[in-house]
Amino acid sequence: MKAKRLRRTSLYIPGTNPGMLANASVYGADSIILDLEDGVPVPEKDAARILVRNALKSVPYRGAEVTVRVNALSTPFGRDDFREIIPLAPDAIRLPKCESADDVREADALMTEIELNSGVEAGTVGIIAITESARGGRNLSEIAAASPRVIALNYGAEDYTADIGAVRTKEGRELDDIRAKVIVAARIAGVQALDSVFGDVNDMEGLYAEALRVRLLGFDGKSVIHPRQIPVVHRAFTPSEQEIGFARRVMAAFREASSRGAGVIALDGRMIDAPVVARAEKILALAEAAGCLPGER
Amino acid sequence: MLLERTGVAGSLESCDALVMVILSPDREGVEIELESPSIASFGEEMKRAVMETLESLDVQHGYVKVQDRGSLDCTLRARTETAARRALAVPDGEKVEE
Repeated sequence: MKAKRLRRTSLYIPGTNPGMLANASVYGADSIILDLEDGVPVPEKDAARILVRNALKSVPYRGAEVTVRVNALSTPFGRDDFREIIPLAPDAIRLPKCESADDVREADALMTEIELNSGVEAGTVGIIAITESARGGRNLSEIAAASPRVIALNYGAEDYTADIGAVRTKEGRELDDIRAKVIVAARIAGVQALDSVFGDVNDMEGLYAEALRVRLLGFDGKSVIHPRQIPVVHRAFTPSEQEIGFARRVMAAFREASSRGAGVIALDGRMIDAPVVARAEKILALAEAAGCLPGER
Repeated sequence: MLLERTGVAGSLESCDALVMVILSPDREGVEIELESPSIASFGEEMKRAVMETLESLDVQHGYVKVQDRGSLDCTLRARTETAARRALAVPDGEKVEE
C-alpha cells in the first residue's frame, strides 16, 4: 500500500542538475525528490520543469519512490509544473506551502483533471503535504484529511521557524511544537510523518542524533540533502537488537494467541494489545529494510 | 532584415549540454552545429534528437549550436526544447537596421 511504504530517507535532487537526475536512485534513498521549488532559481524554472519531465519519461528509477516537489499553485509556476509532471504519474508530488485543506483540495482537483485528460487513472499520484507556516501548522489535521491522495505530512523547518519568529539552533528545540503537531495529525489521518532536513552536511554525529530522536518521537523518515546523509539516517532508523528481539517475541505471542482464538495476550507479565503489535510490526519492517532479518518472510 | 530570436539553455557541466537556438525565418531549413565527445558514435542520433524536438515545436528555420558534455538523450531533448521555447518567447517580427 502506497501510504505504508518505507520512507526512511527522502533525497532532494535539484531539478537543474542532469547528472544528479540521471543517478538519483543509485544512492539508496527510499524516496527521491526531484525538486522544482526552492532548489531551482526563478530564471531556471522552465528548464528544470522540462528536464524533470524528460527524466521521468526515460530514467529508470529502480527501487526508489519517485516524487516531485512542485511549486505551490499560488506561485506563477505551479500550474505549469502540474501540467508537465502529473501526466508522467510519479508516485507522488510534494506540495509545498500547504496552509489549509483548500490548498490540498485545489491541487487534488487539478491533478484529477490532468490525470483524466492524459489517460492516467484518477487518484494515481499521491500528495505529500509540506507545511511551512504557523497557519499551516495549526491546520495540519484538516490538511491530512483533505484528500485520500495525502500519504504523508512533512514540514519545512526553515520557513516554519522564520514564520513563527523562532531562532534555528543545533538542538532544534524550536521544532518541538511543529514535530508534535505533524505526528499527531499524521496518526489521526493514518498517514506517515516525515521530518525535515538536517542542514549541516559535515556533522554526521549531529545528524544521527537528530534522526534517532525523531524516530523515537514517531516519525517515519527524514529528508536529506546529500547522499552521504542517507546511510546515517538509515542507521538511526534501524531498530536495536533489543527492539528487534522484543518485536519478534510480541509477534510470536500474537500469532500463537490468534491461533488459539485467545483475546488477551501476555508476554513477560505484560499485556500485549493492538498498539504493541502494531509497533512490533513497524520495528520488524524497519529491521527488514535495513537487512537485519535475513531469510525471514 | 528580421530580428533573429535567440534562446539558450543548459550548461557546460558534465552530463549536460549547452544549446543555443536561433530562430531565423530567412534561413533555409535548420542547421545544427554539434560539438560532443561522442560525436563519432552518436552524432547522427543526437542531431536527430535535436531535429525531432524542434519539429515538435514547429521550428523549421534556424540555427542550433549544441555543446554537449556527455548528456543523455532526455537531457539533450530537454535543453533543446527549453532553448527553443525561450527563443519563441522573444517578441516576434521586429525589424532592425542592417
